[in-house]
Amino acid sequence: MSPISRGFFGHRRSGGDPSRVPPGQHVTDGFPVLSAGPTPHTPLPEWSFTIDGAVEKPVSWRWVEFLALAAEQVTVDIHCVTKWTKLDTSWRGVPVETLLKTVKTEAEYLTVWCDGGYTTNLALEDVVEGKAWVAYEYGGGPIHPEHGGPARLLVPHLYFWKSAKWVRGLKLTATDEPGFWESYGYHNHGDPWLEQRYQGD
Amino acid sequence: MAGAAIPGRLSWQLGRVVDAIDETSCARSLVLDLPNWPGHRAGQHVDIRLTADDGYQAQRGYSIASAPEDDGVMLTVDRLEGGEVSPYLTDVVRPGDELELRGPIGGYFVWEASLPGPLLLISGGSGIVPLRAMLRHWAAARAPVAVRMVHSARSLDDVIYRDELMRLVAFEEVDLRITLTRAWPDNWRGHRGRVDRDFLESAAWPPQDHPRIYVCGPTGFVEAAAAALVDSGQQPNTIKTERFGPTGG
Repeated sequence: MSPISRGFFGHRRSGGDPSRVPPGQHVTDGFPVLSAGPTPHTPLPEWSFTIDGAVEKPVSWRWVEFLALAAEQVTVDIHCVTKWTKLDTSWRGVPVETLLKTVKTEAEYLTVWCDGGYTTNLALEDVVEGKAWVAYEYGGGPIHPEHGGPARLLVPHLYFWKSAKWVRGLKLTATDEPGFWESYGYHNHGDPWLEQRYQGD
Repeated sequence: MAGAAIPGRLSWQLGRVVDAIDETSCARSLVLDLPNWPGHRAGQHVDIRLTADDGYQAQRGYSIASAPEDDGVMLTVDRLEGGEVSPYLTDVVRPGDELELRGPIGGYFVWEASLPGPLLLISGGSGIVPLRAMLRHWAAARAPVAVRMVHSARSLDDVIYRDELMRLVAFEEVDLRITLTRAWPDNWRGHRGRVDRDFLESAAWPPQDHPRIYVCGPTGFVEAAAAALVDSGQQPNTIKTERFGPTGG
């Protein structure tokens, strides 16, 4: 049991649906930024998206090819481990399942890799069946570089560090290999509804 | 709360506020006595959890301002007007109160005295908090590397740890460069205006000296500083950033 904090009342938000806010989170209208290093700027002609690793034959798309893939418009709530939740964010992007259908693999895990060296790990089951996209539009326009443009992963059912910015590819792996924050004490899975913030949560 | 610690797990624990220090008109430091504190590294943070009498809770993260060598764990909190947690910590909490927290958290934005390469600390506003832990660790451990700090504040009165920084400059050979962005004294001889490439280039060691660079502050500040450093030839992988924005804290 937590002790009562003398003189603390808190802001209970009127409006907004409390059933959409996971434990320990609060709703923000802004869009805070969190990244571990400088924002990379890869020119679009040099951009590509690659699926490799434990696959029969790697596959790669250039920017124009990627834009030609069937995309979806989604509106989702996002939850950052630093405690903010943003409701009803709208994105356009290619479902990860669409991309994975182009390769043959026995792998059950993947490492997402990005410009700037960031990585994060996911189980395959967390990115299929409408659970993840490679997004290139936010709020009807290009994604601003500080928010991960030109393209970022979008995995809204997990804490937002899994939605890697500046994403460039997926490396399929037979075993689950911790990514960047996962190697620095953050939870391997990161389900906000189970409050899986840190290792052992 | 505390209880038996599960190895590898960050348990909530209680700390008693033993001192509260007004650093500026907006920032206040709280020194905590934490009987179950496992120790920390300079640059890490904690999560604080507040509980109202009806069970409502709010959590936020705050950087640790104290060095691993210091007695007690010090947090410095910048009051965000209209925020839910920070005004409570800056205006309501007083010595003797208990705070529930867990940590230390974060293993990337950390500096240890054993690391080679000169240390360049760049902060905007309350972004100085985790860098103060690094600076104090540098001094306490008598680290053999040179250190420089670049700090941006609105005015001289807004410089958190101002007196302490002056002492470090005077007695510990810390090279400190302050820029004031909104107001400055008539006789101000430091830099004026926001950090830019020229200012950072004059403060930074050249890339071939392999400086370790830590940048912390509001998002706009960090974006500008990190981009200017990369533009001036610093290797992106030598620049560690920590950003904060108006997250309702």
